[in-house]
Amino acid sequence: MNIYKYASPATFYPLAGRLIPWFAVLAAMLAAVGLYLGLYLAPPDFQQGEVYRIIFIHVPTAWMAMIIYLVMAAYGVMALSFNARLSSMMMEALAPTGAMFTVLALWTGALWGKPTWGAYWVWDARMTSTLILLFLYVGYIALTHAIEDKKRADKAGALLVIVGSVNVPIIYFSVKWWNTLHQGASVSVTSGSKMASMMALGMLVMALACWMYAIAVALARVRAIIIERELENGGAANWLNTLNTQDKRQLTR
Amino acid sequence: MKSAPDVALGPVQSGKGDPGEAEVAPEQGFMRAIARDTRLAFRSKGEVIQALVFFVVVVSLFPLAIGPETALLKRIAPGVVWVAALLSVLLTLPRLFASDYQDGTLEQLMLSPFPLPVMVAGKMGAHWLVSGLPLALIAPLLGLQFGLDSRELGVLVASLILGTPILSMLGAIGAALTLGVRGGSILVALLILPLYIPVLIFGAGAVETVAAGLDYGANLSLLGAGLLIGGLTTPFAVAAAVKISLD
Repeated sequence: MNIYKYASPATFYPLAGRLIPWFAVLAAMLAAVGLYLGLYLAPPDFQQGEVYRIIFIHVPTAWMAMIIYLVMAAYGVMALSFNARLSSMMMEALAPTGAMFTVLALWTGALWGKPTWGAYWVWDARMTSTLILLFLYVGYIALTHAIEDKKRADKAGALLVIVGSVNVPIIYFSVKWWNTLHQGASVSVTSGSKMASMMALGMLVMALACWMYAIAVALARVRAIIIERELENGGAANWLNTLNTQDKRQLTR
Repeated sequence: MKSAPDVALGPVQSGKGDPGEAEVAPEQGFMRAIARDTRLAFRSKGEVIQALVFFVVVVSLFPLAIGPETALLKRIAPGVVWVAALLSVLLTLPRLFASDYQDGTLEQLMLSPFPLPVMVAGKMGAHWLVSGLPLALIAPLLGLQFGLDSRELGVLVASLILGTPILSMLGAIGAALTLGVRGGSILVALLILPLYIPVLIFGAGAVETVAAGLDYGANLSLLGAGLLIGGLTTPFAVAAAVKISLD
């Protein structure tokens, strides 16, 4: 099979449409299993009691926040080096999901922080760098929306995300050192290494559920982006007309 | 559209080319770009002075907002001066490319025999000379108002001299990407301020550590490392951004 075949929006569009249900169903199933593992089977933490259970949302979303930015950077490299339109579209499709996961990670972190640390927000290294990551997502979205010429917006966004991804580790370590300089190691997440295996399993399953969700949503969004761009181009009628009837019904809706 | 400057990189090839080609050495382009941009900046001195006055005014706002308590002011001084420097550099970023973009000079730069990264490096250098360096030079005066002693003032100036070029380099990427975009200046702030955070941390951190009686060398070394890495990599990123914007 020639995988490059699917680098064209016209061939990728129906493929994405066929894949979405699978990823969506997988996401729902994994989320159900993961939540069952996390909320019922996993034992309460000996220090934090039941409160720690937000970890099953918090940690996977924090992972996704970082991973999606890196995936976007990888698509950015492809977009710039191969001049691949679909890569830019995938970046555009992933950005809102990444930003959402970042907000969720911060939000659940705040909700977890109040009962355990006594404050919704502390200037902890991880929280601060996640907040900066959110700024980076917002910056990408703002830049690509501000530039009217789509081709230029794609390339500018790709370059920005690449520069940003180079900076992410620098930002992380600078914030970490800044943090130790200022307040010492007053805050540490206790449930790190000696986690019950059931907790680790629940977290892993939830992380997979988040992956599947992110893929399903990104594919759905990229289909919308493909349609939008092709209609803007005007010459889209050709391949849009060859779509099967179900796809067409979605289009006219 | 693309110029082919690689053939004219040094005098090695002067044997086969015509003598005029041999003159085109990259460092010459760098010097020319610096000379041109500083001369242009000094022809409109107002803008240079305005950014400097902005810096002084912003720093002076903090005691008015927080109160004249000497110990507290001394503690926040490094952060205040550095944040004001960040904002001041941010305000001057449009000057880097905007007018050259409007009158077509930027396109001429792309067509010139000098490599584009060298030319934008020269522009970044000139930008630092007229908007970063003056901040470092006037900073001791502001530090005195906040009660910093001479050792702290020295580190403050050193951190600004090492750190503000990085601000010009990263800022140039943002300025180039947002050329001709509506609401560009606020957009540049949104894109670039997150990237400025490490510079802010190490710059203000250097002064804070010396104030706490600790070794400030690590912070200054990190700023220096950032300066070297930035100097090596950002010209290429800025050149790519300029090409994207002119495409």
